[in-house]
Amino acid sequence: MSLAPLLQSDPAPTGGHPAAPGRRTAGRTVRALSAVTLLALVGFALAGPVLLADPAQQDLSRFLEPPTLAEPLGRDDFGRSVLARLAHATRLSLVLAALSVATALLLGTLTGLLAGWRGGWVDAVLRGISEAFVALPALLIVLLFAALAAGGSLWTLYVGLALAQWVEYFRVVRARSARVLATPAVEASRLLRLGPLHVVRRHLLPELRGTLATLASLGMVTAILAMSTLGFVKVGLQPPRTELGLMVTEAFPHYDTAPWMALAPVAVLFLLTVALLGLRRTEVTR
Amino acid sequence: MSPLVRRLSGVLAQRSGQALGVGLVVSVLCWLAVQRLPGDAAYRIAAGRYGHDLVTTSSAEAVRAELGLDRPAWQQLLAWLAAVPRLDLGESMVTSRPVVTELGHHLVGTLQLAAAALVVAALIGVPLGLLAARRPGGLLDRVTIAWVASVRALPPFLLGLLLVVLFSVHLGLLPAAGDGTPASLVLPATTLGAGLSGLVARMTRDVVVEVRASEYVGFARTKGLPDGGVTRRHVVRNAAVALVPYLGAQAILLVEGVVVVESLFAWNGLGHALVHAVFWRDVPVLQGTALVLGLVVVAINTAVDLAVVWLDPRPRNRGAAA
Repeated sequence: MSLAPLLQSDPAPTGGHPAAPGRRTAGRTVRALSAVTLLALVGFALAGPVLLADPAQQDLSRFLEPPTLAEPLGRDDFGRSVLARLAHATRLSLVLAALSVATALLLGTLTGLLAGWRGGWVDAVLRGISEAFVALPALLIVLLFAALAAGGSLWTLYVGLALAQWVEYFRVVRARSARVLATPAVEASRLLRLGPLHVVRRHLLPELRGTLATLASLGMVTAILAMSTLGFVKVGLQPPRTELGLMVTEAFPHYDTAPWMALAPVAVLFLLTVALLGLRRTEVTR
Repeated sequence: MSPLVRRLSGVLAQRSGQALGVGLVVSVLCWLAVQRLPGDAAYRIAAGRYGHDLVTTSSAEAVRAELGLDRPAWQQLLAWLAAVPRLDLGESMVTSRPVVTELGHHLVGTLQLAAAALVVAALIGVPLGLLAARRPGGLLDRVTIAWVASVRALPPFLLGLLLVVLFSVHLGLLPAAGDGTPASLVLPATTLGAGLSGLVARMTRDVVVEVRASEYVGFARTKGLPDGGVTRRHVVRNAAVALVPYLGAQAILLVEGVVVVESLFAWNGLGHALVHAVFWRDVPVLQGTALVLGLVVVAINTAVDLAVVWLDPRPRNRGAAA
């Protein structure tokens, strides 16, 4: 995911509020903080699994060991390192969310372009399909897909998350591209026979890029939260795979004796969503 | 045909198309789930009918021929789809009761929870938004922004856990689970309602600020209308035109929240039933609950569309062009 379009300074506010300049610098600080947090989490997710111990290695003699210097988050009820498990869970969440968002983005953009470009019956069919998906909450679609396969399949979770999200991209791209394609600029490049690829690259993508980036960061939040929610209600990924929501559920019975076990995945989830939303905010309010 | 009737029938046609689509998507996915269930469906059904001890190859074959399980897959799919409009959703594979009666029971629980959550969201969100709108950019305005962001970043299940730990474990004030009693409704409704309240507050604030600053409100003031009259006749109705469609968009969030919050608090409703159905691979119940939840979203959006037609008599662009 490229951060560049989200981090660049925004154009002058249109509203003309008296508080605008102060809010603009505040917005920039929020975005910088979000980017740093996100980068730190991505670094943890990428380096952690390589550097830390095997998350599945049990040591029952060290049952619920409190945090120490060598093991900053202590050990869980099977004597497994909570930090190593957390790193694996974070990587799983980020990778699966990024993959499903990328798939949804590609599928939604392509179908949206097709509908906007061809119009007619292609548009009608695609819009009919999208209408049905719009009415179905993302969690419901992912749950239906979870029922399709044996418990804990990564593959169904990925397909479910991607299918739950493609509609947003489809709707945005279809609406925007229909408008852009009707402009005189596009008509001119058609008359010049510059080809469809040129129109997409020069006219459509610059128009869509900002919105798609915003939608994608929001989609990452949706995907990560949906995944952990499913893990939490025990119909998502299954143990012994480490997943953030599953870690919360597993740690909850030990809340009295080992609160750090439940707090660690909760903190990661919270920081991930805050950072991703922080990147997005100014884009939307603009 | 008058323009109003044309708009109303347009809304109804579009929404019934959507309902049809929801039914198709859910039914096809559930049919696929049935196809992928392990074992031979004929033996399973025969075991359910005659008891496990009396299942023989011949009785399984009789079931197969009777229910048409030996037909090609696409014919079975058509039969499956044809059963849905007849409300023939089959029996639960776990409790062996008809799905339709179970759904009625669960729907009541879900509607109770959703209504309570909406009340909580409105009670927190609307006053907060109105107060924040008094001074845009003021302290309260910024507090609302922070509230919206933190509520959005806390998924319902974490918010619910937090409330359980605080009110049930540490303070011992409210029950963490159970159903029926009004006290056990408080925590689930607060969890759901708090999640929605942030967005309600934000939206109320934005709309009120925008409408207050508009020219027609300025004109109404200039012409000497008292403040109460301006608010009642101009601000509220114009704000509602923007707020009501937004409530429709909330329906999806509400349904997602219901699924999570019901499982967390063991509240007897559609979401709880849905999660259990996935867990036990109880496809008939899965299909029934998913259908009802999807149709609830469509129904809410239809009501919202109709309310907008009533609130906002200006013709739409599309209607004007047609």
